[in-house]
Amino acid sequence: METIIENELVRELANKHGRTRESLIPILQDMVVHNRFLSKQDMVDVARELDMSAADVFGTATFYSFLDTEPRGKYIIRICKTISCAMKGKNDILATIQEILKLNLGETSPDKKFSLLEANCIGWCHKAPAMLINDTPYTELTPEKVTEILREYIKK
Amino acid sequence: MSEKHVKRVDLIFEKAECQEVLGKIMKMEPDDICQEVLDSDLKGRGGAGFPTGLKWRFAGNEEDPVKYVVCNADEGEPGTFKDREILDQVPEKVFCGMAVAGRAIGAKIGYVYLRGEYKFLIPKLNEALNKFHDVMDEYNHNFRIKIRLGSGAYICGEESALFESIEGKRGEPRNKPPYPTKSGLFGKPTTINNVETLVHTVMIMKYGAAHFKELGTKDSRGSKVFSVSGDTPISGIYELELGMSVHEFVQEFGDGDTKAVQVGGASGFCVPRKKFDETIIGFEGVPTGGSMKLFNSTRSMYNVLHNYLDFFTEESCGQCTPCRVGCQQLLMGVEAVKRGEKNSKYLDELVKLAKTMKRSSKCGLGQSVGNAFGSIVENFKEEIIY
Repeated sequence: METIIENELVRELANKHGRTRESLIPILQDMVVHNRFLSKQDMVDVARELDMSAADVFGTATFYSFLDTEPRGKYIIRICKTISCAMKGKNDILATIQEILKLNLGETSPDKKFSLLEANCIGWCHKAPAMLINDTPYTELTPEKVTEILREYIKK
Repeated sequence: MSEKHVKRVDLIFEKAECQEVLGKIMKMEPDDICQEVLDSDLKGRGGAGFPTGLKWRFAGNEEDPVKYVVCNADEGEPGTFKDREILDQVPEKVFCGMAVAGRAIGAKIGYVYLRGEYKFLIPKLNEALNKFHDVMDEYNHNFRIKIRLGSGAYICGEESALFESIEGKRGEPRNKPPYPTKSGLFGKPTTINNVETLVHTVMIMKYGAAHFKELGTKDSRGSKVFSVSGDTPISGIYELELGMSVHEFVQEFGDGDTKAVQVGGASGFCVPRKKFDETIIGFEGVPTGGSMKLFNSTRSMYNVLHNYLDFFTEESCGQCTPCRVGCQQLLMGVEAVKRGEKNSKYLDELVKLAKTMKRSSKCGLGQSVGNAFGSIVENFKEEIIY
């Protein structure tokens, strides 16, 4: 018989948020904070813990763009590509980031430190262009400013 | 040229003592609260403009011991950022508005559904929420609020998709009817209101319906918080009296070269310069959840339209065919016209498709793609083709 390996994190989060369907998304959100993404095994473990089908967990997770199901870096950069940011020089900011981190859109650095993604409107149009690094918004970006910000993150 | 200035208002961000309002509503009959809000003619500030008092009365009339109040803070419409500012500046007023709604409909539990992009607000909101719960205890009022985070899905701003998301599911909109006031969150009678709407109800409870109605027009009472961005020297968040024309708005916020204003975000309407004078910003003209984007003559309206269609193609939940396939076809269609692979007549076909989407899509997303599409194509056809 296959032995079930206890997933400590899943157990801990289910204790915290509960084991009803309503608890699913808060659990998945915390797992992404912890592991930077949801592995297939993690989703199977959550399904077992909440007594629901793994397909349901997978279906729910893949619906939400912030519930990443592929490995991401410690710092996820999401640069806004919607109209105001596009009008105010988002492409220059993106080019600067790509140049510094040597990453294309959608890629994660080999040291798993950075992922570079685009996002739809993040709600900072009056201070465009804007981006999120994990949960922190950075606004009114210029190539110089974004270089400075990334330099700080590289040091971390 | 009109010299009339747009009237600035300071109600939403006014620091208010919520205790006073909470004390007042606890002494009022629930239906009297609904009546006061109904008398104010307040319409929902999320964009759809449903009369708030009526929504509360419908939910209040349901005989169910369990009901919910939901605050829609999934502000995702491109160009809208006023709810973030309200939550940041006056969170206690948002919670207070939820308590007013709870008292009005007979709900004991409220949910704030905050978009994931605003997660950085959580520590501040939790602090304000703890204080709020303490105040509720003082009044012996057992109304409690939970905060839920979204995870980057625009569609979850649609009320029934938002319920699905709180329930732990994919954020796919439900069929309507039944409407939320009958069967909403967890199948229970629910009132779901926008952040700004809830704050307005607090001010209506404080100053009365008559005071609220002093501002605005017959169809659009009161003031509204606008999110102003694009080609303007003074982008930002402004509370303004409703009922101004786009012309008056542009006089105040334009850079002197405004050729179009997108009112209501990607799902709203594009107003070209020649229609600035005749177009009223409000429910009698072009409604808006607050998004006002200005474009000057250096901007390509093809790029604007392409950006919006790209947005909708990604954010369509994919559940119903008209929206899922329609968004993709509109995007590929304008690209083909731009490349010269299709002639200009093809745009007429696409406009027909957008109209079909309006009639046959399940929810507001697919139904409103045609607003921006139709108004941009109609007014800036040459920019789309050449």
